[in-house]
Amino acid sequence: MKNYIKKNIDKIRSDFPILNKLQNNKPIIYFDNAATTQKPQVVIDSLKEYYENYNANIHRGVYYLSQKATEKYEETRNIVKNFINAQFDEEIVFTKGATDSLNLLAYSLARTYLKEGDEVIISHMEHHANIVPWQELVKYYGIKLVVLPVDDNGELILSKLEDLITYKTKIISIVHISNSLGTINPIEEIIKKAHEFDIKVIVDASQSIQHTKIDVQKLDCDFLVFSGHKIYGPTGTGVLYGKKKYLKEMVPYQTGGDMILNVTLEKTIFNDIPNKFEAGTPNIEGIIGLGEAIKYFQKYSIDDIYEYEKELLNYATNKVLEIDGIKIIGTSKNKASVLSLYSDVVHPHDLGTLLDEQNICIRAGHHCTQPIMQRFGIPATARASFAFYNTIEEIEQFIEALNKSIKLFL
Amino acid sequence: MNDINDLYQQMILDHNKSPRNFKKLENYTHFAKGHNPLCGDEIDIYVLIENNVIKDISFQGQGCAVSKSSASIMTTLLKGKTLEEAEEIYENFHKIVTSKIDDNINLDEMGKLAVFAGVRKYPTRVKCATLAWHTYENAKNGEKEITITE
Repeated sequence: MKNYIKKNIDKIRSDFPILNKLQNNKPIIYFDNAATTQKPQVVIDSLKEYYENYNANIHRGVYYLSQKATEKYEETRNIVKNFINAQFDEEIVFTKGATDSLNLLAYSLARTYLKEGDEVIISHMEHHANIVPWQELVKYYGIKLVVLPVDDNGELILSKLEDLITYKTKIISIVHISNSLGTINPIEEIIKKAHEFDIKVIVDASQSIQHTKIDVQKLDCDFLVFSGHKIYGPTGTGVLYGKKKYLKEMVPYQTGGDMILNVTLEKTIFNDIPNKFEAGTPNIEGIIGLGEAIKYFQKYSIDDIYEYEKELLNYATNKVLEIDGIKIIGTSKNKASVLSLYSDVVHPHDLGTLLDEQNICIRAGHHCTQPIMQRFGIPATARASFAFYNTIEEIEQFIEALNKSIKLFL
Repeated sequence: MNDINDLYQQMILDHNKSPRNFKKLENYTHFAKGHNPLCGDEIDIYVLIENNVIKDISFQGQGCAVSKSSASIMTTLLKGKTLEEAEEIYENFHKIVTSKIDDNINLDEMGKLAVFAGVRKYPTRVKCATLAWHTYENAKNGEKEITITE
């Protein structure tokens, strides 16, 4: 076996305390990784360590504890910078999560660069977090929102992109990997095309950062966002990467403490990037934990992770295809981690409850992507999403449980 | 440990598969739409009320087994009842699905409604069971607005 993950799966699983807990005397099969991932012990320990040993507010503290907290917090910035291969530490802005990052972008880009009638392109498969902030710009700034359609396999209809681009198109904000379909979008091509027309591109990497190699310089995206908790880090942490030249020009999203250089009652001089975008005391322990999570993740080769998870997905896909009464939503050849199921026999919510009885955690619902559900004419799907700590044996149990559930309803 | 058969009892599976009164009424006096945006469940309830009596009641829509069977069973229970009798049934239903598992409810007196006792163990599914009943209440009270049961 050449794949390190496959070879060391037991060791990897032992790093995640929840995977070794019993529920009703049976292990938990966690297949809701697209919603959030489990945390390795090193991440959990880092939170405790912060509170027990150096809890203090960051920046401007002249005492040791504050310096240590600041150092660890800023260390994560450097870890993230290297992880996604950004050029500068200050291109990394910490947020609450991908939603927060996208809200920051929508608000700040509108105030800095957009004028009434300017156009923003998104796709039909976006998460609500990459739809609703732009709809707000439609309401308050007179921006026009344009949507790139999706075909029956759940792939972007890329040939339409050029038709949608006008001289008023200023931004394309696009998901890298769909959280409800699993489709891997050809963002390299989209970025290249956009730049021909001087359009800025935002990549929502919430579902790709933990499954594929992300190199922002190679991609040449202008902005990229992701959530920390989906890459084995704590909740309430997120990243916004932006090219330095743009971040410097952009107005702050939130104002207040920590983002200023000088304040008088009449006016304020803002701090430089990245602090300009980090108003208020941040989630210090969370960001430190995110650094630990990425360090842990980087112990493995991303190619091994990708290959192993692909094997899980292919195995599950083939097994599901053998079950009568269940179909897969999202059938692109280029997919990662996500298996979205729909059945005329069992409603996704019933499936979710039936699987839960066997300690199998899947997600039933619209996955915060109602427009793509509408596109496929269904209210919801039952979604299993895999991580590199999952196993073929777990998938076998999942398939058996699926079969049992379908039979109950026939 | 929960027993899944408590929730998915034969009666629920049966009503899910062959829902009763699953149609639009030709003549109706009351109508309401129910919608649970969280799961996408949608239901239309049609009621014909004459002289204080539910002469006919039907539903249409889509949803999970719990919501569909709840609607179906509700129509069979309420048809032919006076509004006062219907109110009592509604209250009993509500009592069952919102009670605690160890609350002392005499399920023997609850008739068909007893089938919903299993729902209590699944807090995330209670809203599925109540959608139709809330929508009926809205229809009866002349409110046509969408119900959100959260």
